[in-house]
Amino acid sequence: MNSSVIVFPGSNCDRDIAVALEKLQFKNKMVWHKDTELPKSDLIVIPGGFSYGDYLRSGAIAGKSLILKEVIRASEKGCPILGVCNGFQILIETGLLKGTLLRNKNLKFLSKDVYLKILNIKNKFCNKYTLNQVIKLNIAHNEGNYFTNEEHLKKLEDLELIPFKYCNEKGVIDENNNPNGSLNNIAGIFNENKNILGMMPHPERMINKLFSGDDGINLFSSLMN
Amino acid sequence: MKISNDIVEKHGLKLEEYDLIKNLMEREPNLLELGIFSAMWNEHCSYKSSKIHLKKLPTKNSCVIQGPGENAGVIDIGDDDAIIFKIESHNHPSFIEPYQGAATGVGGILRDVFTMGARPIALLNSIHFGDPKNKKTRNLLHGVVSGIGGYGNCIGIPTVAGETKFNSTYNENILVNAMAVGHANKNKIFYSKAKGIDKSVVYVGSKTGRDGIHGASMASAEFDENSEEKKPTVQVGDPFTEKLLMEACLELMKDKSIISIQDMGAAGLTSSSVEMASKGNLGIEINLEKVPCREDKMTPYEIMLSESQERMLLIIDEKKEKSAEKIFRKWDLDFVVIGKTIEEKKLKLNHNDQKVADIPIDALASKAPLYDRKWNKTKLPEKKVKFNTLKKIKFEDTLIKILSSCNQSNKNWVTEQYDQMVMGDTLQRSGSDSALIKIHNKDKAVAVTVDSSANYCKSHPFTGGKQIVCESWRNLISVGAKPLAITNCLNFGNPENPDVMGQFAEAVSGMKEACEFLDFPVVSGNVSFYNGTNQRNIYPTPVIGGVGILNKMNYKKNHILKKESNLVLIVGKTFGHLYQSVFFEEIYSLFDGPPPEVNLLNERNNGKMVLDLIKKNLVSSIHDISAGGLIIALSEMCIGSELGIKIEKPKKMRNLFEYFYGEDQGRYVIEIEATNLNKVQKLLKENNIFNDVIGKVQKDYFELSDEFKINIKELYNLNNKWYYNY
Amino acid sequence: MLKPLLLNSKKNKLKFAVTVTLKKDVLDPQGKVVQQTLRNMGMITLKNLRQGKYFEVDVNEDNEETAKNKVDEMCKKLLVNLIIEDFTISKL
Repeated sequence: MNSSVIVFPGSNCDRDIAVALEKLQFKNKMVWHKDTELPKSDLIVIPGGFSYGDYLRSGAIAGKSLILKEVIRASEKGCPILGVCNGFQILIETGLLKGTLLRNKNLKFLSKDVYLKILNIKNKFCNKYTLNQVIKLNIAHNEGNYFTNEEHLKKLEDLELIPFKYCNEKGVIDENNNPNGSLNNIAGIFNENKNILGMMPHPERMINKLFSGDDGINLFSSLMN
Repeated sequence: MKISNDIVEKHGLKLEEYDLIKNLMEREPNLLELGIFSAMWNEHCSYKSSKIHLKKLPTKNSCVIQGPGENAGVIDIGDDDAIIFKIESHNHPSFIEPYQGAATGVGGILRDVFTMGARPIALLNSIHFGDPKNKKTRNLLHGVVSGIGGYGNCIGIPTVAGETKFNSTYNENILVNAMAVGHANKNKIFYSKAKGIDKSVVYVGSKTGRDGIHGASMASAEFDENSEEKKPTVQVGDPFTEKLLMEACLELMKDKSIISIQDMGAAGLTSSSVEMASKGNLGIEINLEKVPCREDKMTPYEIMLSESQERMLLIIDEKKEKSAEKIFRKWDLDFVVIGKTIEEKKLKLNHNDQKVADIPIDALASKAPLYDRKWNKTKLPEKKVKFNTLKKIKFEDTLIKILSSCNQSNKNWVTEQYDQMVMGDTLQRSGSDSALIKIHNKDKAVAVTVDSSANYCKSHPFTGGKQIVCESWRNLISVGAKPLAITNCLNFGNPENPDVMGQFAEAVSGMKEACEFLDFPVVSGNVSFYNGTNQRNIYPTPVIGGVGILNKMNYKKNHILKKESNLVLIVGKTFGHLYQSVFFEEIYSLFDGPPPEVNLLNERNNGKMVLDLIKKNLVSSIHDISAGGLIIALSEMCIGSELGIKIEKPKKMRNLFEYFYGEDQGRYVIEIEATNLNKVQKLLKENNIFNDVIGKVQKDYFELSDEFKINIKELYNLNNKWYYNY
Repeated sequence: MLKPLLLNSKKNKLKFAVTVTLKKDVLDPQGKVVQQTLRNMGMITLKNLRQGKYFEVDVNEDNEETAKNKVDEMCKKLLVNLIIEDFTISKL
């Protein structure tokens, strides 16, 4: 399996994602934002960080880069695309995913471990998890408070385009276990074809039991299927 | 322009110092030259009051590659790996503009580390604020914490450990000390010493603006009512540009193009060019009109004294200029040859073909004044208060009060604002005695911690100086690491006051004694004097950043309880020293008496033994006993775990409060498997180390027979609420 | 129930716009990056761009001068970081 990680000035989880992909035997290539061609890829990842310092709006300037035209073209052909944290923000800025990411409800940067409930496993990204499984991942962001209009929200829920929601360790999804104020505790969303996933939590940070846990591994191994 | 006495004083120079300048120059300086002298001769750059004392500190041993005097210290951790680290203060700028002051403090210390060829792998900080009731404190706390986070999170280096403390002594002068730790190949370390004549001097990074002009001079003068006027000098940090600068520098460092490199920190272009020339025993000529400027019509004075951030000065082999330039262009950064090295040992500045300054390098560096300032010894305070004369109070109430106080409450509110996981190598985050960062692609990790004990240092600076070195040593051991070396940030008041100078001299002597005894050298550091306002000096607050090595990742330990029915042991002797303790401060508002005695022999023995027990895999969890004593250490072991402890009252003790709140040094709490008790006690006994079984791990409750029984969740809540309610 | 105090006020509502920008000599990292990006997108005549904040403030006062002073006070006390920012107030 070939993967490509897109690197912008200010990306800072690019190496972390590459480590995770290589751990799972992906043949990974780093792609600089000024490149105009994408290597042949079975997966494209837009990593976390502060592309262009998050200046103007998170992800706004990266969303205008040349390479994203290629990413959009690949997505139209069905190539799986994963955007994590700032990568999610960039996918939204390009219009590949709908909605918006507002500032966290406490108006502060928030870095902590959170629990997620897996709500859909019939897709490329989550098929190694079990339905309703509770996993622990880490979040670290200023703007992860997902918001969208009622019509789109209904569509996300009805078409099962929400792979996971924030919850507590027992799987209870409620306002007390919503770290950043996201609508309906949404932690990540798909496009309608479910080949594009944008998520705020960092799966690449949970790939080793000796560290903080390895609940993120299955997301990458699902993609190997 | 004629230099008047008034102008001299406005530059923070004494008139005697100005006479010395005229002697060294053999003429009167012009205003630009005076500005350059003031930047180089101020306390911050010249260490003129501290140098003779700092010389006493041990700075070498078998693991030290580079001690103080460079951008940062370098130690060898085996397998060609080197760790490069330093701590630095940004106190005064942070009081004026907390967000930008703290952010640029982080930016500055990161540059010190990647300048030497290291990729930064961890950030730490020690921040001290005034009384929470003081109306400025809340705003300062919010600003500083988000500034530290804002910079570190954006550049993508994890902020993994730190301390946040409150004391009214910092009401008008907060402390913001930032530490950076980097990893490099020990054969590819870059230094600031210039080499070779006619080599290109290259300016890289951001453009020069009017930021922070005279920032270094500001950091060396006390605040007064007029400090409001000095406000526009605060610099704005740009972590995004710094990230680009870091990647560009590290890319360029892959080959041998760089002859020498120096970051433009305090006193910007002035101090960087002078330091490179001085160390290389040569001169530098700069054409100032070539310096990339952000604003129109900047004067030579402004260009030389600007403290704009995210800039570096390089000396490059001319054959490598083209390829080096290409790298910086790729990262959208300025790259301009602004001058060259010259044989004559002078700093020569030109501006549009006019000579604007010509100063002997020695006059700025090696011949800068040094002072052996008058200092007074601090007497060891007497133990006046007798504990049994104090008002009686319920044990449980004292515990609840202390755990929920601002200084003892847990720091989640702070650390949640820092990305601790980016880079993927954070083996252990903050909240433990030390954080652990894995060396990328290797089975080993570095342990890092920052510590200070201002109350002890105020009471008796010599003992206080010794104590913090020991505390740092213990914190490293408590995660399974072998302590290697330290960096220090010495925050003191006005050195022209003999009492303050005495605090400094004695704290340094105390550190020296402990560092020598523990073979724990000082490899880098920073002195920050003039912390205080209108003669009210802050408590002497030396901060120590310690670094150790975890040779195998599975030696990793922390303080979180592991298993029900395990036994809890105290290692090290308890005497019940309550003077200068958290207990006396929080419960009785008592501040007199001496700090606990530091016995270096016990400290070393106990530490080495504990490390041995960890390596023999006999320890399940471990915590060092420090501020708050045994009971606070035990509480912290329960908080953050699902388990509690049932403590038995000790058989031999004088008094419950002395036993549980005493802050005697050299002690650890360890959790062990019950089946290992004999083995552990035998080993401790063979080494003459006192130990006692004090309790057993149990479900759900933290409990001391007849005194209290608190549910773990409740314990967590009362320890966690202070910041969120503030 | 709380009384809607302000609605009962006899005073008129005056509206002001407050523009906050970084002081002239202060580095504007955001403006710098936005400017560079626009140039890269082909807007080559762009000479200089600085980023700021904008507030609309309604005040219940009859006298414009008094109202403006109130807004000025709000700026100095909260809206503006006087250490690094400048502001202008204009009547809408």
